[in-house]
Amino acid sequence: MNAEMIYGLITGILFGFLLQKARVVRYDKQIGALRFQDMTIVKFMMSAIIVGMVGIHFFDIFGLVKLLYKPVVLGENITGGLLFGLGWGLLGYCPGTQGGALGEGRWDALWGILGMIVGAGLYAETYPLLMKKVLGVGYYGYLTIPQLIGVNRWLVIIVFVTGVLAMFRWFEKKGL
Amino acid sequence: MEQKKVDDGGWSPYIAGGLSGLVIIVSVLWTGQFFGASTSFVRSAGMLEKILEPERVAQLEYFIRYLPKFDWQLMFVSGIFLGSLIAALLSGSFKWQGVPDMWAERFGTNPALRGIVAFIGGVIAMYGARLADGCPSGHGLSGMIQLAVSGLIAMVFFFVGGIIMTRLVYFGGNRK
Repeated sequence: MNAEMIYGLITGILFGFLLQKARVVRYDKQIGALRFQDMTIVKFMMSAIIVGMVGIHFFDIFGLVKLLYKPVVLGENITGGLLFGLGWGLLGYCPGTQGGALGEGRWDALWGILGMIVGAGLYAETYPLLMKKVLGVGYYGYLTIPQLIGVNRWLVIIVFVTGVLAMFRWFEKKGL
Repeated sequence: MEQKKVDDGGWSPYIAGGLSGLVIIVSVLWTGQFFGASTSFVRSAGMLEKILEPERVAQLEYFIRYLPKFDWQLMFVSGIFLGSLIAALLSGSFKWQGVPDMWAERFGTNPALRGIVAFIGGVIAMYGARLADGCPSGHGLSGMIQLAVSGLIAMVFFFVGGIIMTRLVYFGGNRK
């Protein structure tokens, strides 16, 4: 194991610990959010996003981080996103967090893990065909929200964080 | 019916989520790695397929792009399992369960039915994640943190797909 792999393992252990502590890896929590009954996973995810967003962009000012995001390919982002969502609604676990579900004893996650390995293999099999026919439809390149609307990124961050905090307030008021 | 509380040693999702945001910042500062998970399933599929059909794997373009080997992310995903296991054991919230409560309320406690649906969900979700080029970790957390348009689009459609599927699955409420 090289150093990079050890860092990966440590980072994963920390993240898995926090995921389990917040009880977000469970089917009932994941599906609860999709049924608008329990917004725990949205609270967790959005909290991680706003903290990470402020931190990453702050350190980016000093050139201490390297941004690494994916290009916009509308056809793939939308179709793939929808497909993922449909599968997620059946499984009730996410690729990253279902290992955590297994870790706390929810062994039906094993079926999901197996299914995902098969799904990845299937994608590899069909990749040459997809390459020829559909991949790249609606390509708009590496685009950020501030670039898209033409404003300073800190303005977007302030609006985003304010919006998320307002949403949190609303969740708490509604007891979600 | 009496509402029974399974465990109450959990942390606030705001706190645990915010701490996860800090873990992401440290990870990016230290090793340059943003969170992601679905590529690991491609590498795992490649590694398993290699045992059965090494020539086929060597030919497939997708496995050349994502070599079947352990890397930062695969260790990260494995770490999530360990971290969750540690947290669950320390807090006594580990529970061996093959059918989630919400699922059982609607479809009964047959683990085979749950297993089949979970497996199919996993296949669809991973195929979609690879087509979208990311999952709720890669597009959701990492993409949104960087204000990437691709992350925002994918995230919206993850939830749209998920909401549609749970509407279908839980049509008419929890009871059979």
